[in-house]
Amino acid sequence: MSFILRNREIALAIIIALMVTGIGIYAPPFVSPDNISYVLDDTSILFMMVLGQMMVILTRGIDLSVASNIALSGMISASLAESSPNLPVITYIALAIVTGTILGLINGSLIAFVGIPPIVMTLGTLAAFRGLIVVYGGGNQVNASEMGAVFQGFPKIPILGVTSTFWIMVALSIGVFVFLNMTRAGRGLYAVGGNPEAARYCGIDLSRQQLLVYTLSGAIAGLCGYLWTARYGVAYSEIASGFELTVIAACVIGGVSIAGGVGTVPGALLGALFLGVIVNALPVMQITPFWQMAISGFVILTAVILNARSEKRGIKLILPEARRAAGGTP
Amino acid sequence: MLKTNRREALKFLSAGALAASAGSGLFVGIARADGKRIAMVVKNLGNSYFDACSNGAMEAAKAAGGFEIIYTAPTKATAEDQIAVIDSLIAQKVDGIIVSSNDANALVPAGKKAMDRGIKVISFDSAIAKEGRIMHLNASSTPLIGAKQVQMIAKTLGGKGEVAILSAASTMTNQNSWIEAMKEEWKKPEYAEMPLVATVYGDDQDDKSYREMQGLVKAYPNLKGVISPTTIGIRAGAKAIMDGGLVGKVFITGLGLPSEMKEAVLAGACDTFAIWNPVDYGYASTQIMINILNGAEAGPGSTVSMGRMGETKVGDDGEAAMGEPFVFDKSNVEKFAAIF
Repeated sequence: MSFILRNREIALAIIIALMVTGIGIYAPPFVSPDNISYVLDDTSILFMMVLGQMMVILTRGIDLSVASNIALSGMISASLAESSPNLPVITYIALAIVTGTILGLINGSLIAFVGIPPIVMTLGTLAAFRGLIVVYGGGNQVNASEMGAVFQGFPKIPILGVTSTFWIMVALSIGVFVFLNMTRAGRGLYAVGGNPEAARYCGIDLSRQQLLVYTLSGAIAGLCGYLWTARYGVAYSEIASGFELTVIAACVIGGVSIAGGVGTVPGALLGALFLGVIVNALPVMQITPFWQMAISGFVILTAVILNARSEKRGIKLILPEARRAAGGTP
Repeated sequence: MLKTNRREALKFLSAGALAASAGSGLFVGIARADGKRIAMVVKNLGNSYFDACSNGAMEAAKAAGGFEIIYTAPTKATAEDQIAVIDSLIAQKVDGIIVSSNDANALVPAGKKAMDRGIKVISFDSAIAKEGRIMHLNASSTPLIGAKQVQMIAKTLGGKGEVAILSAASTMTNQNSWIEAMKEEWKKPEYAEMPLVATVYGDDQDDKSYREMQGLVKAYPNLKGVISPTTIGIRAGAKAIMDGGLVGKVFITGLGLPSEMKEAVLAGACDTFAIWNPVDYGYASTQIMINILNGAEAGPGSTVSMGRMGETKVGDDGEAAMGEPFVFDKSNVEKFAAIF
């Protein structure tokens, strides 16, 4: 029991399983294979965004510009589809990723080399990226009928019962997992977030780590920009408005510490799944919109309180003299 | 919500126009003609919706003969710039001004100033407050908008089957008043076999509206129709119908824009939807102005003619409604999709 409580991922997985069971009893169509596949597909963008955001938060940063990045990358990609609708779909995806990467690079370089605090920098680009959509598109919106079938069809191709969007997410999750756990740069993120001073003395360069995470976060947002516009068949300056907060909330629920240095890929994914199940279950259960907001807020607060409790761990005393002085056994 | 949608669209348009013109100032067409001159001042330039309105205005002027239309607007959709445009029109001594205002109250002094100099002022699309114009022409009225949407879904479904409403946010005044008007229409006996089963809210976000639509079809397996009185809700709902393989099983209707609904209509997810026709709207406004310039009364309580659009009665608040929303279907959606 205490193992389960200590292991956040398992606890969260059990909570989600209980929740899905409960919803299934109340509204049986929710647990049909079709609907489970739909929920996974619907949550895939959130899954991916959570991975990008988690890497940023690990370094004690935050990226508020991700939703605006989605909107701008999606707009640029959709505009290409509007002007030349019959290019191979990889062209649109690549353009979105490149755009997102450049936007992430702007965040990263100013944070890393100019020293602008991440929250200020990305708050600025949150507004600036959406503004750029207006300048770029002249205020026009790209509609479903203008994007063409190639652009909109790709994210919905079914493979083994779920969509290609879901499989892209699986591949990305594995990639991020390997990066964080098996590469020097990935481990370095935990180091700079956990103890920046110590990391510096170990020769880990915070600036380079920051440049890396904001760029990766931007690239993932760019990819999601394509997926979002193709999924909903519309690109304009207000898409994914406020989505950055959902992404951060999913990270927090998934046990990623806002104080940096703590967070795992499975935890973050479960945090996203938790929110994905909630937003999809509430309409099926026909709960009023007022309750929907209240429930989401309550869940996030609970997660933060649980986090705060589990993070209250003491400083590890290494020297035997210090431990004796503190009253512990040597 | 339509109003917000338009306002946002204008915001983007104005920023785009600003970037393009780089402060080149205001554009005002200068007319040289012997007949009477009517200025149509819209929110901003480069907006295809208003361009369509101006086409209707030209049509009315041409039909009446002896009238010239000056179609103008500021490059930015702000009240300050619009006042400058109106001042310039006053200096040109035009005969009538038709305004879609960027700010109901801020334009009152400009409207009063024009009327003091004998220029007739009316507003359309977006009203000037009561003191600053003779009358305001609304595209439609709440009871007409509500009733039309229930009639459309009843026609599609043959009056049988469960229907739900997919609205914007639960706090939006115009959405709620339209829903009330729908429920009023629903009380009629011909809708007895077409119950309203749920009202859900997509908050005018594509993703949330899409999810609410998905939730509706799961919560109500016998659902046949959905009314969405918001342009974002109807397009996202139609998308969910198409993606979910529900075309032919569930139909959506409501208030939408032809350019956004073209695909859904052609795919069969949406049989009919409605919104005001901007060409008719520009025509009717101009026709009223022509009648005023010809000596007709247009104050509260009077009845004014709108030419081929029929007649309308001006209410005590000085506002009148053009008519019921214009219905789009397979036959005309492509034509109008090119306009707005």
